[in-house]
Amino acid sequence: MAYPDDLAYSKEHEWVRVDGSRATIGITSFAADELGDIVFVELPEVGASLSQFGTFGVVESVKAVSDLYAPVSGEVMDVNEALRTAPELLNSDPFGEGWIAKVELADATEVDSLMDATAYAAETA
Amino acid sequence: MTEAPAAPLRRTPLHDVHVGLGARMVPFAGYEMPVQYDSIIDEHRTVRSAVGLFDLSHMGEIEVLGDEAVDFLRHALVSDPAALDVGQAQYSMACAADGGIVDDLIVYRLGHRRLLVVCNASNRAAVMDHLAALLERGDFGAEIDDRSDVTALVAPQGPAAASLLAGLTDVDLDTLGNYRAAEGTVAGIDCLVARTGYTGEDGFELFCDAGRAPEVWATVAAAGEAHGLRPCGLGARDTLRLEAGMPLYGNELDRDTNPFEVNLGRVVKLDKGDFVGRAPLQAVQRDGPRRKLIGLQMVDNAIPRSGYEVRAGGRAVGSVTSGTLSPTLGTKIAMAKVDPETAGVGNAFEVVVRDRPYRAEQVKLPFYRRQRD
Repeated sequence: MAYPDDLAYSKEHEWVRVDGSRATIGITSFAADELGDIVFVELPEVGASLSQFGTFGVVESVKAVSDLYAPVSGEVMDVNEALRTAPELLNSDPFGEGWIAKVELADATEVDSLMDATAYAAETA
Repeated sequence: MTEAPAAPLRRTPLHDVHVGLGARMVPFAGYEMPVQYDSIIDEHRTVRSAVGLFDLSHMGEIEVLGDEAVDFLRHALVSDPAALDVGQAQYSMACAADGGIVDDLIVYRLGHRRLLVVCNASNRAAVMDHLAALLERGDFGAEIDDRSDVTALVAPQGPAAASLLAGLTDVDLDTLGNYRAAEGTVAGIDCLVARTGYTGEDGFELFCDAGRAPEVWATVAAAGEAHGLRPCGLGARDTLRLEAGMPLYGNELDRDTNPFEVNLGRVVKLDKGDFVGRAPLQAVQRDGPRRKLIGLQMVDNAIPRSGYEVRAGGRAVGSVTSGTLSPTLGTKIAMAKVDPETAGVGNAFEVVVRDRPYRAEQVKLPFYRRQRD
């Protein structure tokens, strides 16, 4: 399985796309496949302050409730409202249309502690 | 401190079939069972619109035989098996002396002196103990035989199940009504063909010797292709039964719950004579149950789950027993046990999800009822 190589990955199966001082975060296809049909997403509030590896929301499948863990620290600038009515986007396009939040990075060096696509592929093999 | 190793999980005769189909296998009641093959929602919808195929071989099958087999079960269970014709089945429960539910089950009358009790996998030992203890105490001309390990159960469920099965069995399905069973063959293999199920759709439960299960499954699955058949796992089994308002032991039913608390008072035949649990159950029927099982539909956007607190008028009045997003209805539904004074269709409740209250409304059960022709 080849994961997008422009992203950084956490052990909790979240991804980060850095764009200057901002980052977009989401869950990986591996996480979405593990969860099965995703039927509900609890998004963070705009303005909320995330801490790296702390919980920042919830994703629910038919059978289970799973916490979302922030891959980086920062302030939430935008959330993907589409997920409120179409949570299944996390299954169909987890790296694109299924993005969860955009944050203003608190510490850009945190991304260095995450995995690249090759390392994440090895983790999930 | 080192823990004792867990007992290895048991497998049904169809284990390799499930793995071959790409099923996600999970531990359930000491067995490795398929929770889903593909998508729980797709499997669920297939049962509602076509036919799904379930492996339920983990369940318990206990034969009760003898001149006093019926009388023995009248004493052991809350229902009245004497009311059954040969070939008829009834939903029932075994209750303990204090009226608490040991298990919910189905009793099939296969002969004048021969019945089959089909119980939950998780309660098989408890049901056997319940029956064995009564047999020992009483003086019944009956014997019990746990056939679970040599019996498999393959269940095609859905509106297309009857047309699918008709071509494979010598049992006349036109005369096999709901909650009826007949011994015959499926694909030439001896089967008890029962028109029972746990999905809220028409469907069949096919009991056969464990060794013949792969052939029964393969034949039904092959014939099912023309009908849109999909294999279905325990995940879809749970969402289907919840939509149909059917209780699950461990959620709605347990040793601390009596039938009257969960809308199953109609199953208890207090006037039939003595049976285990009669006195406390008579008292509950007289005084009214202390809790009531209701159906809830969320008004606000959150999914109710088992164990979540339920409030009315701002105070805690009960808890959710089962909850999910309903694939058929698209709504977020739950069953909950609440203070009976608060119950009433249309009444407002709140479900606490992650420490915040979300509005819900009581709705009539079942949430879903199939079209009958």
